Amino acid sequence: MHRLLYSIFALLLAAPLAAAELNLTVQIPEQKAAEYHRPYAAIWIERADRSVAAQLAAWYAQKDSKEGAGSKWLPDLRQWWRRGGRELALPVDGVSGATRPAGQYRLTFAGGQAPLSTLAAGQYTLVVEAAREVGGREVVRVPFEWPGTAAQHLTAQGSSELGAVSLDINP
Amino acid sequence: MHKRTLKWVVLAAAIAAPLAAQAHKMWLLPSATNVAGADPWVTVDAAISNDLFHPDHHPASLEQLVITAPDGQTAKPQNAAAGKYRSVFDLQLTRQGTYKLALVNQGLFASYELDGQKKRWRGKADELATAIPKRAKNVQVTASSSRVETFVSNGKPNDAALMPVGQGLELVPVSRVTDLVAGEPATFQLLLDGEPAAGLKVSAIAGATRYRNAQDELTAQTGRDGKFQLAWPHPGMYWINASTEDDNSGVGQASRRRLSYTATLEVLPE
Repeated sequence: MHRLLYSIFALLLAAPLAAAELNLTVQIPEQKAAEYHRPYAAIWIERADRSVAAQLAAWYAQKDSKEGAGSKWLPDLRQWWRRGGRELALPVDGVSGATRPAGQYRLTFAGGQAPLSTLAAGQYTLVVEAAREVGGREVVRVPFEWPGTAAQHLTAQGSSELGAVSLDINP
Repeated sequence: MHKRTLKWVVLAAAIAAPLAAQAHKMWLLPSATNVAGADPWVTVDAAISNDLFHPDHHPASLEQLVITAPDGQTAKPQNAAAGKYRSVFDLQLTRQGTYKLALVNQGLFASYELDGQKKRWRGKADELATAIPKRAKNVQVTASSSRVETFVSNGKPNDAALMPVGQGLELVPVSRVTDLVAGEPATFQLLLDGEPAAGLKVSAIAGATRYRNAQDELTAQTGRDGKFQLAWPHPGMYWINASTEDDNSGVGQASRRRLSYTATLEVLPE
């Protein structure tokens, strides 16, 4: 009975996607490396068929050079590159950014605004990929429902190039 | 006596062996299959070797190198050189899309007897008439057609360079040929003179054979539509090969034609 009431309540709330909010934190761990370069990282939302539903962030070297600097090594973010990174005309406003040093990063996206404004309700996976020059590469995946009926707090843990990844969704 | 018998056995085996059984493998090895940036280049090794992909026998000739750019036009290699065990060239990828790099060989092979001595000849069809003396006996001419390919994509891949020429044995990728991933089955189609090549055996061998004790060959069979599937057990550079024979040599003196197709494909980790 309680459950039913709750569901009805949730249904009433679910209608306006515009009010939903997606907060995520990504940890880039410190590395003990003689030669350290900040990792390239990409964060995106994937549909069940693994196509890209939304590009959230792409952090790569921004310094300009004859070789195109940072863009030369973008294919090292292998999954991101293959799934849709290469389709982008970089830089993309609100997506492209400089590489980050070790630390925890918080990103907030509002339901009614790009890149989430076109995200239909449904099941998705948050994907975070990091690749470090002369270092390793890691992909962390967090399945979630958008926008869902109740607040979601989801976490995943990387083991080498990524630390804790958390995803909070308020429908 | 024993020695002599052995000699004949070896000779008989050599004649009977189909093209697929050849010991040496020809290949192109690109430094990358996915590139990006303002001025992307790849450097490519070309060799004939036993170990994959270690040059240990002979450089591959770059005379028959054909590079097709993403707009379907021909692109030129740079810094081409032939070493003792390998040839090498660079390619500047000035266009966005997929490049096809191919060593395309078409020629004739002849064996004959002259004054009681066995002779061999290799060359082009238009040289055949003058290459073999009129008094030669037991002249046997075989045509050969082979393609040795690899693929590189700059940015977003496309298909213009992958259109088949319609001659010899060719590969048409169904799965994106520069997007292969370990664990994901990939589909391809083999064509013979532009038509589906049915019932051919395709083999795939991962590189670094020097560091393991078996070839660990994967095999597949083409269906009636010429299509076949390969599931890559692990990431790496793979050498894939198929061969066949027919009697459509297109050259009057050659009754048989031997065909082979080879590609080097990169499989990345998921």
